[in-house]
Amino acid sequence: MAPRTPLLAMIDTKGWIFLGVLLAVCLIVPLFNLAVPPGSPLHVPTYVVSLLGKYLCYALLALSLDLVWGYGGILSLGHGAFFGLGGYAMGMYLMRQIGPRGVYGHPVLPDFMVFLNYKELPWYWLGFDFFPFAALMVLLVPGLLGFLFGWLAFRSRVTGVYLSIITQAMTYALMLAFFRNDMGLGGNNGLTDFKDILDFNVQAQGVRVTLFVLTAVALALGYLIARFMTVSAYGKILVAIRDAEPRTRFLGYRPHHYKALAFTVSAMMAGVAGALYVPQVGIINPSEFTPTNSIEAVIWVAVGGRGTLVGAALGAVLINYAKTLLTGAMPEAWLFALGALFVLVTLFLPQGIVGTLIARLGDRKARIAARLPPEPDIPPRLLEEGRGS
Amino acid sequence: MSAALALAEASSTSPGPAGAKRLTNALLYLDDVRVTFDGYRALRGLSLTLGRGEMRAIIGPNGAGKTTMMDVITGKTRPDTGTAVFDGVHDLTTLDEATIADLGIGRKFQKPTVFESHTVADNILLALKGPRRAFPSLFGWRNRVEAERIDDILRIVGLVPHRARPAADLSHGQKQWLEIGMLLAQDPKLLLVDEPVAGMTDAETEETAKLLREIAKDHAVVVIEHDMHFVRALECRVTCLHEGAALAEGSIDAVSADPRVVEVYLGR
Repeated sequence: MAPRTPLLAMIDTKGWIFLGVLLAVCLIVPLFNLAVPPGSPLHVPTYVVSLLGKYLCYALLALSLDLVWGYGGILSLGHGAFFGLGGYAMGMYLMRQIGPRGVYGHPVLPDFMVFLNYKELPWYWLGFDFFPFAALMVLLVPGLLGFLFGWLAFRSRVTGVYLSIITQAMTYALMLAFFRNDMGLGGNNGLTDFKDILDFNVQAQGVRVTLFVLTAVALALGYLIARFMTVSAYGKILVAIRDAEPRTRFLGYRPHHYKALAFTVSAMMAGVAGALYVPQVGIINPSEFTPTNSIEAVIWVAVGGRGTLVGAALGAVLINYAKTLLTGAMPEAWLFALGALFVLVTLFLPQGIVGTLIARLGDRKARIAARLPPEPDIPPRLLEEGRGS
Repeated sequence: MSAALALAEASSTSPGPAGAKRLTNALLYLDDVRVTFDGYRALRGLSLTLGRGEMRAIIGPNGAGKTTMMDVITGKTRPDTGTAVFDGVHDLTTLDEATIADLGIGRKFQKPTVFESHTVADNILLALKGPRRAFPSLFGWRNRVEAERIDDILRIVGLVPHRARPAADLSHGQKQWLEIGMLLAQDPKLLLVDEPVAGMTDAETEETAKLLREIAKDHAVVVIEHDMHFVRALECRVTCLHEGAALAEGSIDAVSADPRVVEVYLGR
């Protein structure tokens, strides 16, 4: 090991490409929205800005999932729970920003509480008038749930498919709870009709663009944090635990500490993604907790390339773009297309898009270095065999 | 002052910590250890004593309880009854794997188990003795280990030219050596080595015997092995296990001449 490398050296080529693309998007999208007049063919409408912002939120969710799945081998089928909790924390703040401007005009209570005959604000709504408190909850609530859940599950040595099933149960339980009206969070309608964020109109063009840029910045930061974790000794130990957990125990490591840390950081990232998602789509409701949402996120990561971070983000954006196109053209075909995509990727690109690209480019470099001609007789599948991901 | 007193008080009652009464001078002391799996009695009153710096070979037919014994020593399996004491003070039957590893017991598995997607050098890096906590591993010393320290260990096991290769690309024998290297990096007081030469060529076997004899100069080593030529090459005391208990113990010549050993093991 070289002595501690400078912080920038941890970013590899694909990381620089990723950050470069994010920076470009951050400059181009606002420019073509704000500076190009609406009549021009180059104009990016504000709804598209928010749509792209939504994709980037999903990319951050996928990134958080890749941290635990790709590096820790923890296949969470319930990451939507953390996304939803972060979203609800932000939604509660946005509800408080409405103030007395609701349909019922109640000075304190939001519309749905007036409708359900609430007499006063439930205690857990206290503090959400205050943005820094809400922002803290965006991190704290998913982080705490992630830590408790992870600590208990990993300490009891629950792994593999059993762990996946209980993560699924976790998000399902939350969905049922949030559907209830007595939960005090809007029941099945959720939280919506937002007006302001930090006293700026949440619908305004400038606010939309700002939210988009903030999402891109959050995604870049999330990438840098995840990258820092995975290239450190911590990340190496996490991968070692993924590949041979008993071995790490006999070396003196306690795998549940490592996994719980990754799970907690990942849950907080997913929470931030949810919090940025809510003001851009204008609603949060219990359907965010449905197990299918979490499973879709797993497909994004698998398609993009597990254990590459960048691939997870790419997969999320590509699949959601395809979803937008296809659900517009023929909605009934979308689930079939998604299922087919998952099967095809599992069969033909088991390392995902980015994973396969890395393997191919690595091949070429190695061949050039060894001055060996390519071997056209051997099918590429066989060439890949025996090569780790 | 009162805290120090409380600590001293605690250490005299709780198992293990320094200051507790030393039960034995042996490094490893097993007495009447019994383990049952679903009615199958894997260990039936196994007793074994290993001195400091001693090397011991364990032989015995399949199912004699050799690997179960290692599981008990490393905390993987809890015995039903019996005593397992390390270094005279640490009750191994109450500690978890990580604590036992930290006390200084390293283990090599029967099937070579290295971290396949990591490089050879990183495998050693992760094994290096030092704090094992999660947070410090993000920023701490393990991120600043000098290459020289890793190469020192790779030199012993002859893997320096392979330091940058993924462990998955190593041959079977090289993986065995890498795992022994990882044990050395842990700098344990006691090394448990389960079938180190299984699947090795004769030349590799000879190298491994030399390596283990070298290691045994400043570590206690327990080697489980079927290969009698290899056991002879280790030049150490031998214990033969049979049906979960020690059948015979002594020099290789004495043990292999023992009629009971010949009947249950060598004669087959």
